[in-house]
Amino acid sequence: MGVLKNYVIPRLGIYVLEIFIGCTISFLIPRFTPIDPVQAVINRYAAFGEFYDPEIVENLIDTLKELYGLKGTLLEQYIGFLKRIIVGDFGPSLTAFPTPVTEIIWRALPWTIGLLSIATILAWIIGNIVGGIAGYFYEEKWAKALAGFATVIRPVPYYIIALLLVLLFAYVFPIFPMGGGVTMGTKPSLTLRFLLDLLKHAFLPALSLILTQYSVQFIIMRSLVINTRTKDYVVFGEAMGLPKSKLLFKYVLRNSLLPQVTGLAIMLGSIFNGALVTELVFSYPGIGTILYTAITTGDFNLMMGIVTYSIIAVATAALLIDLLYPLVDPRIRYR
Amino acid sequence: MFMRLKSLLKREDVKDLRTEVLLLKIFLKANKGFSVGLMILTIFIFFGFVLPVFSPYDPRNWGMVPPDKPPSLSHPLGTTTTGQDLFWLATYAIRNSMIIGVIGSAGGLAIGIILGLIAGYKGGITDRLIVLFADTFIVIPVLPLLILIGSLVKAQLNMPLLGLIIALITWGMPVRNIRSMVLSLREREFTYTALFSGSSTMRLIYAEYLPHVAYWILASFIHRVLIAIGLEVTLAIFGLSTLREATLGSMIYWAMQYQAILRGIWWWIATPVFIIILLFISLYLVSIGIAEYLNPRVRIQRLQAGR
Repeated sequence: MGVLKNYVIPRLGIYVLEIFIGCTISFLIPRFTPIDPVQAVINRYAAFGEFYDPEIVENLIDTLKELYGLKGTLLEQYIGFLKRIIVGDFGPSLTAFPTPVTEIIWRALPWTIGLLSIATILAWIIGNIVGGIAGYFYEEKWAKALAGFATVIRPVPYYIIALLLVLLFAYVFPIFPMGGGVTMGTKPSLTLRFLLDLLKHAFLPALSLILTQYSVQFIIMRSLVINTRTKDYVVFGEAMGLPKSKLLFKYVLRNSLLPQVTGLAIMLGSIFNGALVTELVFSYPGIGTILYTAITTGDFNLMMGIVTYSIIAVATAALLIDLLYPLVDPRIRYR
Repeated sequence: MFMRLKSLLKREDVKDLRTEVLLLKIFLKANKGFSVGLMILTIFIFFGFVLPVFSPYDPRNWGMVPPDKPPSLSHPLGTTTTGQDLFWLATYAIRNSMIIGVIGSAGGLAIGIILGLIAGYKGGITDRLIVLFADTFIVIPVLPLLILIGSLVKAQLNMPLLGLIIALITWGMPVRNIRSMVLSLREREFTYTALFSGSSTMRLIYAEYLPHVAYWILASFIHRVLIAIGLEVTLAIFGLSTLREATLGSMIYWAMQYQAILRGIWWWIATPVFIIILLFISLYLVSIGIAEYLNPRVRIQRLQAGR
């Protein structure tokens, strides 16, 4: 019970507040920037050279305000916006009218979540194990080489890594497809061929995410382990003559892993940003690609929907990691 | 501020300063990554802030040179389809990206430091509220927010504004760091000694706390320049940067718009990509070098290894 009262409930409270603040900010941004999204649409039509009756334009503005939830006072709009979030209805998309925004997002979300979760979990596990071992033997040549590799990959933006991978493996050596989720015209089915096709398309985007995240995890884990291996209990274990493998996995790695779990929750936001960019490069049919469509077509409803959904999705994932944390850290369990 | 700092330094401090310089020299020798990073960064600063003065072309004008020429003696990095010389375009791009990065980094850091100091000193409900807001900005993905802002102010976007927007969205992390530093420094022995011997809060911050956090601020400043430039590049890829100005992001954007890869004009895309890779690695090496220099344990290790 102690865990529930001292850890879970405060964390849930923070979760709700985080989503509330995040959504409020995304509500305020379009209302306090000088650009009116409705006027932007009108200008776009005007730019096509079409002529409209002032009365029709007036009507159009009215309808668009209604659609965008920009009608009434700020407070009314805000209440309407919160309602939209709770009901999960962000109105119709303007470019794919009258498809609801939510439907477009739900169609894209599985792609992003699939790619992101697999890449994140793989990168986290590999990065921590390799980083831990390289930290324990940090004076060896191979460990230094691994550290050098991670140091070079880590600062390079996702976009550049993705671009280099496309150039190398889809353009120079056409082993993998240039982009897309599956080959055009394939129907989703549970056959081996479809799954292989899926995997082939997901490989490069996933690899670009894994490379960067692996380096991040590797570098942090390595320095954590370098620090942990001089701790008294490790020295004591060494003096007792414990086998190196036991010392490494049970004494050093396990203790160093704890901050890495909470660290992952903090990093999720930037990992998600990376996924958006990667999807754009590989035209992977996820959130990043529809976000790009929303920008280029000025689809305001779709953009607001994506921003809100991303905030909720990432905050929820961070919450899940934090809720799993007591399972690995006995100190919280017994508090 | 520098004058004031100088007047605060007494003779013994000067001796300390000399040892510090000596330590730094040894450290530079021992930490190769840091030296290499610093060297590349210096070259980039020279390229970005000295060379544009001599540029024969205005980066905003198109059609100044024959288009699509591969690297040659007259155009060392080749030319673009839009008729720009890539070498001189790149010098402007480095400068502008660095300006955006510095504004974004310094702005975000300033907001973070001020809020972190307030949170750490005041405590109570103020502390909780500030930490909650900072946590929100740490947890939620900032790119969609940034894209939302970018798509709304697209027409009016200029470099300082872009830097400020980046600053307004990335101040979360330093709040937490500064706050925890304040909390730990506040409880240290020397704080009480200084306070009981009648030192003012300002003097305490200048003379006692600043040396403690100076390296941290420098390291995180450089790291955040990297993050801010990265965000600019990312925004540009979504078509939301200052595309008329030459930045590293807009160079990539125009190369992609004109299908440089498919048309085999590799030098157009290769130039910004290689600059970004080198610039980011050098910034990263410098920032972790400073952070390591700050960490006394690593510092001693390095110094021993260097002898």
